Amino acid sequence: MRFMNVVVCVKQIPDPAAPARLDPSTWTLEREGKLILDESDSYGVEMGLQLADQAGGGEVTLVSMAPRNETSGLRTALAMGAARAILVSDPVLGGSDALGTAKVLAAAIRRAEPDLVVAATESTDGYTGTLPVQLAELLGFPSVTFVKKVTVGDGKVHVERQTEAGFDEVETPLPAVITVTAGVVEPRYPSFKGIMAAKGKPVDQLTVADLGLPEGSVGAAGARQEVVSVEPAESRKAGEIIVDEGDAHTRIVAYLEQLKVI
Amino acid sequence: MALNTIWVVADRAGAKLAPTAFEMVTKARELASTVEVVTWGDAGSVAADAGRYGAAAVHTVGDLGAGLAGPVAAAAMAAQIAAGNAPDAVFVAQSYDGRDIAGRLSARIDRPVLTNVVGVEARDGALVTEHAIFGGAEILNARFTAQGPGIYVIRAKSFAPEESGGGPAAVDTWDVPDLGATGAASVIATHVQETEGPKLDEAAIVVSGGRGLGNADSYKLVEDLAKLLKGAAGASRAIVDAGWVPYSYQVGQTGKTVKPTVYIAVGISGATQHMVGMKSSKNIIAINKDQEAPIFSIADLGVVGDAHKVLPKLIEALRQRV
Ligand SMILES: Cc1cc2nc3c(=O)[nH]c(=O)nc-3n(C[C@H](O)[C@H](O)[C@H](O)COP(=O)(O)OP(=O)(O)OC[C@H]3O[C@@H](n4cnc5c(N)ncnc54)[C@H](O)[C@@H]3O)c2cc1C
Ligand SMILES: Nc1ncnc2c1ncn2[C@@H]1O[C@H](COP(=O)(O)O)[C@@H](O)[C@H]1O
Repeated sequence: MRFMNVVVCVKQIPDPAAPARLDPSTWTLEREGKLILDESDSYGVEMGLQLADQAGGGEVTLVSMAPRNETSGLRTALAMGAARAILVSDPVLGGSDALGTAKVLAAAIRRAEPDLVVAATESTDGYTGTLPVQLAELLGFPSVTFVKKVTVGDGKVHVERQTEAGFDEVETPLPAVITVTAGVVEPRYPSFKGIMAAKGKPVDQLTVADLGLPEGSVGAAGARQEVVSVEPAESRKAGEIIVDEGDAHTRIVAYLEQLKVI
Repeated sequence: MALNTIWVVADRAGAKLAPTAFEMVTKARELASTVEVVTWGDAGSVAADAGRYGAAAVHTVGDLGAGLAGPVAAAAMAAQIAAGNAPDAVFVAQSYDGRDIAGRLSARIDRPVLTNVVGVEARDGALVTEHAIFGGAEILNARFTAQGPGIYVIRAKSFAPEESGGGPAAVDTWDVPDLGATGAASVIATHVQETEGPKLDEAAIVVSGGRGLGNADSYKLVEDLAKLLKGAAGASRAIVDAGWVPYSYQVGQTGKTVKPTVYIAVGISGATQHMVGMKSSKNIIAINKDQEAPIFSIADLGVVGDAHKVLPKLIEALRQRV
């Protein structure tokens, strides 16, 4: 293959290091502040860049759906080396579920005519882990999830897919959707040059109307699920904490004896 | 009964049904008058097992050959639903194949999915789900607001399997429509990376190691301890990502859910995504050199100490006993 057009889905999320809060009126995650690139997707971006190289030429186009025309996370990924971004942002998209988001992303991705679509196995804040497969079905593409190693060539991708007991080698023709796990590659740090270059890279900003999606099929109206309540879970009884003074192992042995497991 | 029919999509564990199938069938029986299993491969050999837990039927979508379960199972179910044979709900395991099946089915029948479900109950004739959020500190309840069939992706070990004493389930084969490109991925080789000893998600004792072990070689301490206790060795994602141990060792949100009698966490901080996979262990021992590590908030016995000092002595003490 000569030119490889890779689309990488990137989610922009509230900083996971900041304490998370649910909006008490909607029970959705509060997304007030600045959003950042989900670290899970930085692996996809790196993988996309490497695969384009491996194919002997190609480009990475980022696709993201985010509120308030957020581009901070996209800029991070552009600084890593992605060529351009498509951002879908529209007030009607608040409260979207995974299927609604997949419909939006599918419409945006069709415009990019990808050879390969890369997403993370699951996002850090939503972790439904179903969106990329919904996307594949909507696009009519094959998909391989939980991918930990990828090579491309001859219009095909060859991957190692995590399984319950080990891994499978799976092959799929292109175009296809793959989801990568963390640790699959080492995401590069954006260089100063990369950060400067990112400022000039095109970010195509689209609304739901631009994508021609039927009203009510996406956003809160399309979500068709609701949170009923949120309650504190039964907490475990606080246990005993000891500081090792060289004899902690005897306490562990005594505890295991008490539990009658040794 | 709140519902008429629930389909339970059953993963395979070799020739048998995976344990999650029996967990889900047991729960589904409580919620619906008819429970039917949907699986792939041979149905006849699992009809007795499925029936014993209360399933009335086992529908197979046939031999997968080199294909992946996701597109095949989803297309077969969607075809049944389109033909008027629709259940009220579809239960799917939160497994590798389960997520594929749920995602594809959702897009095919245009119905939403609730994932990471750890509990289901009937309220006013409809199903309400439970989800453990913030590492299990809070429970979120949710429900679908539109007509079914709703798709529920359920975490392993959410329900205790119980036999119902039923006879063998009726067996039939469901047609799989042409998958087009969606079925084009094929498995060309399978690699097993499990170790000897009890399986991680079935062992009575699990010893897991994390980044606090410092380096890959130190994981041997975890393996030695697990072996002495006749348990299984597990890991946090940090050391799986680092390549110290295979993925099949991972405990947590994206890995295995374990519920052993004793869980020993060594050099693991206790990130929410780790806790969600081991928090229901009956007894938890944590060894961590940082007194502030979140793992101590759920430990029954917490040892503030260096794994490299505590583990060798513990291993030695246990060796003395045998
Ligand atoms: C979408 C998503 C899914 C995830 N899924 C999972 C999952 O399934 N499972 C999972 O485990 N994680 C998962 N994670 C990752 C998780 O957030 C944490 O990054 C990971 O669990 C941390 O692993 P750790 O505790 O080994 O490492 P760290 O958090 O780095 O903790 C190391 C600990 O070791 C202690 N320590 C250091 N030296 C010593 C010593 N000599 N002796 C004793 N203690 C020492 C430190 O005090 C520290 O508490 C997921 C993350 C995301 C975003
Ligand atoms: N709003 C979004 N914009 C772009 N990609 C997304 C979005 N939501 C989810 N994804 C992609 O789908 C993956 C799985 O998301 P989730 O279904 O939330 O676990 C994420 O890691 C992203 O790669």
